[in-house]
Amino acid sequence: MWLFALPALLINICIILVPAVLTFTAAFFMWDGVGTPAWAGLANFQNMAADPVFWSALTNNFIWTAIFLTVPVCLALVMAAALLMAPKARIVVQSIIFLPRIIAVAVTGRIFQGMIFSPVTGVVAWLNEHGFSISDPLADPDRSLYAVAAVDIWHWWGFLAVVFLSAMRQISVDQIEAARLDGAGFLALFRYVLIPGIRPTLILMLILTVIWSFQVFEFIFIVTRGGPAYGSEVLATFAYRHAFFEGDVGQAAAAACVMSLFGLCATAVYLWLQITDDAQST
Amino acid sequence: MIADRWSRTFSLGLIGVASFSSLLPIVLAVMNALKTTVEIGSNPLALPTQLHWENFSSAWRNAQLGPSLLHSAEVATLTILMVCITATPCAYVLARQKGKFWRFITFYFMGTITVPVQLYLYPLYFIFAKLGLVNSIPAVALIYTAMFSPFAIFLLRTYALAIPVALEEAAQVDGAKPWQTFWYVILPMMRPGLLTVAIIVGLNAWNEFVIAVTFLQNDSNVTAIVRFYNLTGQYSTDWGEMLAAAVTIVLPIVVIFVLLQRQFIDGMTSGAVKS
Repeated sequence: MWLFALPALLINICIILVPAVLTFTAAFFMWDGVGTPAWAGLANFQNMAADPVFWSALTNNFIWTAIFLTVPVCLALVMAAALLMAPKARIVVQSIIFLPRIIAVAVTGRIFQGMIFSPVTGVVAWLNEHGFSISDPLADPDRSLYAVAAVDIWHWWGFLAVVFLSAMRQISVDQIEAARLDGAGFLALFRYVLIPGIRPTLILMLILTVIWSFQVFEFIFIVTRGGPAYGSEVLATFAYRHAFFEGDVGQAAAAACVMSLFGLCATAVYLWLQITDDAQST
Repeated sequence: MIADRWSRTFSLGLIGVASFSSLLPIVLAVMNALKTTVEIGSNPLALPTQLHWENFSSAWRNAQLGPSLLHSAEVATLTILMVCITATPCAYVLARQKGKFWRFITFYFMGTITVPVQLYLYPLYFIFAKLGLVNSIPAVALIYTAMFSPFAIFLLRTYALAIPVALEEAAQVDGAKPWQTFWYVILPMMRPGLLTVAIIVGLNAWNEFVIAVTFLQNDSNVTAIVRFYNLTGQYSTDWGEMLAAAVTIVLPIVVIFVLLQRQFIDGMTSGAVKS
């Protein structure tokens, strides 16, 4: 029987586990990817700690996490509740807000650059012509991270709303009706029935958000490459740049280890919550 | 559900605004794909006065979209095949076997879902470079198989769990070997799950960026996404043509999405919704 699991396991170990262990090892070596690695001890981590770009990248990861724990989650919760109240519109609207999620990130990134943010061909250009003076946010080191976050929110929040909606639809109708008969308005219903009703899903999505926020790469690499002036640099773009453009794989590996550490913490919190939940329910 | 008037109005308003903002960038892209660059510059929000379909033909020609779309289809097909072949038997075993060892394997696969690409990308790239596997489409499909199969295993496992054990026992009593039971009894019952897996894995392979842009560097074998990325930049000038290329790359996905919405939405939200 165990032979059935072998091919999947073998591919997974060769492609993910072995290189992951190597990354962890490479973090303690000087290595350009081609030559012989030389033992470096903690030098990669020390260099990183002395690099202001690393700290601003890490800060940006925290900002990103804070944004994604709040903005898309609130939007999605309210939207899911609204769709729950409007069963007729549900199927069509659900598909519309889900659509951004299936469009390739590379394409979405370029569309936002050209059609939204561009001061020549985008909505920003149109606003400038109509009396609102807005400069290209992608060209501003202080605002580029938020502009990219806006693109990712567009791509992400509708999916999240659909997830919350399917969780809310599993709440028994009786419970919702009972709250209504007791005179609960939209806000009370939201606060005391819908949110508690989807608690497990909500917690899982929040934990995943933390994990993903420390891994974020694609949108930033495609839209700003971490720039301008490292303004939107995050750990993943920091690592990628060191590995492939600066030939310092050891440094990249060290950054990747730091990234994974935050993911690991989030996973540990999740497991801990699961265990305490189990303890409470029994 | 009976909602009061205030929350009804609020809901409908929100739904309107949300749908509008989800569609706006897509509509702008399609609209401007049919305009000349001059027209886009003068007003990106205006409808095209004349439909410039030639943007599509020149994008097709200049960007060499044909071969790169073919490569995307190759990668997606190979990945779907490899994931289905390896994940299905694995899911079946994980659904049936109990005990510490199998719990550990299950946890291992769960862990690899949340592992960042960055944690294995760099050594993997330099190993593949040494083995001469950079610029190879099957090699990229192999990486995708490792990346996407944990998701497939967990989705298929729920299908396998729903199959009554009595069916297998009956087959065993009749003298069927394990692989025969799997092939003739289990596999046919997992078919709906396999369709969902094929759709989601195909979508992910078609859209994937990091691995594709790192491992495919030769213009002669890049996927459509990488081709599009390489040709365009923040300071692109010919937006009409660029958007025509974008629409061409996204169109197959959107058509399949419209036809098979249930599988898309159920497949992608599976695992996220907990009861």
